[in-house]
Amino acid sequence: MNEAVITTHQNDKTYFGFWTYLMTDIVLFATLFATYAVLKNGVAHGPSSHQIIDLPFVLIETILLLTSSFMSGLALLAARAGKRQLTAALLVIVFGLGAGFVGMELSEFAKLASEGHGWQVSAFLSAFFTLVGTHGLHITAGLLWIIVLGMQIGRFGLSSSVMRRLTLFTMFWHFLDVVWIAIFTIVYLMGSLA
Amino acid sequence: MFGRLTLDALPKDLVTIGGAATMVVALIGIVLLITRLKRWGWLWREWITSLDPKKIGVMYLVVATVMLLRGLGDALLLRAQQALATTGYGPLDSDTFQQIFSAHGTIMIFFVAMGAIFAMMNLLVPMMIGSRDVAFPFMNAVSFWLFAVGMALVNISLMVGEFQAAGWLAYPPLSELQYSPGVGVDYWIWTLQIAGIGSLLSGVNFFTTIVKMRAPGMTLMKMPLFIWSVLGSLVLIIFAFPILTATLGMLSLDRLMGMHFFTSTFGGNPMMYINLIWAWGHPEVYILILPAFGVYSEIVATFSRKRLFGYTSMVWAIAAITLLSFLVWLHHFFTMGAGADVNAFFGIMTMIIAVPTGVKVFNWLFTMYRGRVRFTTPMLWFLGFVVTFTIGGAAGVLMAVPPADFQIHNSLFLVAHFHTMIIGGVLFGAFAAFSYWFPKFTGFRLNEFLGKCAFWCWLSGFIVAFTPLYILGLMGATRRLDHYDPSMGWQWLFIVAGLGVLLILLGVGFQVLQVGYSIWKRKELRDTTGGDPWDGRTLEWATATPPPVYNFAVLPKADTRDPFWYAKQGQKPLSSRKFEPITLPKNSPIPIIIAVGAIMVGFGLVWYMWWMAIAGLLIVVVALIVRLSDENTEYTLTAAEIQHLEARSKRSQYA
Repeated sequence: MNEAVITTHQNDKTYFGFWTYLMTDIVLFATLFATYAVLKNGVAHGPSSHQIIDLPFVLIETILLLTSSFMSGLALLAARAGKRQLTAALLVIVFGLGAGFVGMELSEFAKLASEGHGWQVSAFLSAFFTLVGTHGLHITAGLLWIIVLGMQIGRFGLSSSVMRRLTLFTMFWHFLDVVWIAIFTIVYLMGSLA
Repeated sequence: MFGRLTLDALPKDLVTIGGAATMVVALIGIVLLITRLKRWGWLWREWITSLDPKKIGVMYLVVATVMLLRGLGDALLLRAQQALATTGYGPLDSDTFQQIFSAHGTIMIFFVAMGAIFAMMNLLVPMMIGSRDVAFPFMNAVSFWLFAVGMALVNISLMVGEFQAAGWLAYPPLSELQYSPGVGVDYWIWTLQIAGIGSLLSGVNFFTTIVKMRAPGMTLMKMPLFIWSVLGSLVLIIFAFPILTATLGMLSLDRLMGMHFFTSTFGGNPMMYINLIWAWGHPEVYILILPAFGVYSEIVATFSRKRLFGYTSMVWAIAAITLLSFLVWLHHFFTMGAGADVNAFFGIMTMIIAVPTGVKVFNWLFTMYRGRVRFTTPMLWFLGFVVTFTIGGAAGVLMAVPPADFQIHNSLFLVAHFHTMIIGGVLFGAFAAFSYWFPKFTGFRLNEFLGKCAFWCWLSGFIVAFTPLYILGLMGATRRLDHYDPSMGWQWLFIVAGLGVLLILLGVGFQVLQVGYSIWKRKELRDTTGGDPWDGRTLEWATATPPPVYNFAVLPKADTRDPFWYAKQGQKPLSSRKFEPITLPKNSPIPIIIAVGAIMVGFGLVWYMWWMAIAGLLIVVVALIVRLSDENTEYTLTAAEIQHLEARSKRSQYA
C-alpha cells in the first residue's frame, strides 16, 4: 500500500470512530435532557424557569456560537486549499467567539448564584446548571483543542494528521451547535413561557 | 492537605483487617518476586507499555481472575453469615455485611464479567475478522488502564476507608450524603465512573474495528457468529454506558455540590435514578451475555463438526435481543407503581425477549443433531449452560408477570434467577472460551480430566447453592438479610446453599490446579497439529501458534463463512506466502501515565483532596497532548524480517 492509500484508510477509520463517539455523547446529553424534563417542575421553594431566563442575552450567546461554528467550517476550507496562515487566523476567530460564549455563560451562572438561585436551591436548578454546564464544559474542552491544534499547525504545518484532527474538531464543534440548538429550544425558549 | 482522610480510615474490624492484610502481603510478595527475578524491565517493555491487543487481553484476563477470587471470598463470607446468623450473631457486623454485599456485586459484574468479556474481545476479535490490530490501539490500552484503575480503587477502599453499604447499584436516597455520609458511595461512584469510561472507549474502538477492518471478502453475513454477538454487545455499550456516566455524574453532583437530582427533598426524584440506572443496567446484562452466546455458537459448531444451524436466524435473534434489551428496564421495579398499562407493556416486552433467546437455544441443539459430537471440556461447559440457562430463563419469564413480581420483588428468588443467568451463562461461557482458545495462545492444551472435574464441581455446586435460594425466595426471604429469626425455618436451606458455595470453591481449586498442572506438563500436552487442535473453522486458527504480534503475515481472504474449514476441505491455503512490510504501533508509556492521573482524580475526589484531583486531571490532559504531538508512533517490519519470524513459527499448512 502506498502512503496516500494508508492515509485514506486511517482517516476513514478515525472519522467513523469519531462519529461513533459523537453518538455516545448524544446519549449522554439525552440522559441530561430527560432528567431536566422530569425535574423541571421540581422547583421546591426556588424560582421557575420563566422567572430566571433572559432571552435576549441567550440569543447573543447563540449568535456567537453559531458564528464560531461557521468560522470553523471556513477554517477547514482554507486548510484544504493549503492556506496555512488563513487557517490559523480563522481558528483565532473561532477561539475568540467560543471564549466569548463561555464567558457569557459563566456570567449568567454567576448572576443566578448571586441572586440566590444557585444549584443547591432546587432539583430544577440542579438539572438546569448541569445540562447547560455540561455543554459549556464541552465547549471549554473544544477551546483547549483549538490551542493544541494551533500549536500543531505551527509545528507540523498542514500535515495529514493535522488535517485529520482539524476535520474532527469541526465535526465536534458543529455537533456542539446541534446540542446547543436543543438546549436553546427546550431550556430557554420553552422555559421562558410562564 | 489530606481532605477528610485521617488515621481513622484504617480498617478496624477483624474481617476487613484480614482482607486488607492479605492483599498487602500478596502485593509485597509480587513486588519482591519480580525484583528477585529481575523482571521489571521485561514487565515494562512486554506488558505495561504494550499496545498489542493480545497482551492487553491477557492482562484483562489476569485482572478478572484475581477479582473472581476476591468476589468468591466475599460470597463465602456472605454465605457464612446467612448460614449462622439466626440470632443476630454471625461472623460479620451489619455494616460490614452490607459493604461486602455491595462489593461482591460490583466486583463480579464490573471486574469479573466485564473483564472476561473485554479479554475475549481483545484476544479474539482482530484475529477472527482477519485483521492485524484494533482500530485505535493506543485508545485500547487507555481503556484497559482505566479499567485497572477502577479495580485498584475498589480494592483500596478495603484498606483505606470503607465501601458503600447501599447495595450494588447504590439506590438513593440511601446513597445520598444525608444517609451515607462516609466515603463508601464515593469510592463506588469513582470506581464505576473511571472503569465505565474505559468500557465506553472500548465500545467505540471495537465497533469501529469490526465495521472497518474485516478481511477482504468478509461481508457482514459471512462474519463468525462470535463477531456478530460482540457487535450486538458493542452497540449496547455505545448506547448504554453514556447513561451510566451521566447518572453517576449526577449522583456525585448531589454528593459533592449539594445538588438535588435524587434527594427526597427540594424537588428531587429518587425514582429517576432507578429508571436511569436500569436503562443502563438492563442492556448491561445483554452486554455480558451476548458475547457468551457467540462463544457457545463457535464451540458447538466446532465440536459437532457441522456448520452452525440457522446462521441467519441467529443473526436476527442477536439483532432482536439488542433492540429489545432497551425496552425492558422497568421490569426491575414493577413495584414503582407506574400503573397497569406501563407494567403490562414492560412485562410483555420482557416475555418477547425470551423468543429470540429460545431461537438461539434451539439452533445450538439442532447444530448438535446428527453431528459427530466430541464431549470435550468446552462442550461440557456449553451443555451445562443449556440446562442452567433454560431454568434461569423460565424463572425470568415467571418474574416478567407483574402480579407475580410483586410477590417476589427483591426476594432471594430474584437473586437466584440472575445468578443462574450470569454464572450459568456468562461465567460458563468464559470458562468454555478459556479452555477452547487456550491452546491457540500458548501452543499446548489444558488437561482435560482436571477440566472436567472443575466443570462437575461448578455445575453441582451451582445447583446446590442456588436451588435453596429459589425456595427461600418463595418462602419470603429478601435479599441482603444480615440476620433472621430462627422461627422462619430458613436456616437449613441457607446451610445447604453455603455447602454449594464450598463445592464451587472446589471447582475453582480444580481450575487453578488444571492451569498449573498443564503448564508443568506442557511438553506432553503440546499441540502437534500445527496450531489447529480442535479442527477449527474460523480465521483465528489460520495464524501461527502462538500468534505473532502482527497476527497474519499475509492477510487472508474470507469468501465464505468458516473460511478455514473450507480451506482445509478444499486443501487450498487461505493466503499466499508473499510477504509485504507491516506497520505496527510502537509501545507507549502514556496509557499508564493516564492511569496514574485517573487514580489521583478518583482518590482525590473520594477524600476531598482537591489539589490531588486537579493535579491528576492535569496529568491526563498533558499526557494526551504529548501523545497527540508525537508523529512517530509506528514502526515497520520488513518483508525479510517477517519471513525470518514466520520460518520459526508453527502453523497449519492451510493457513
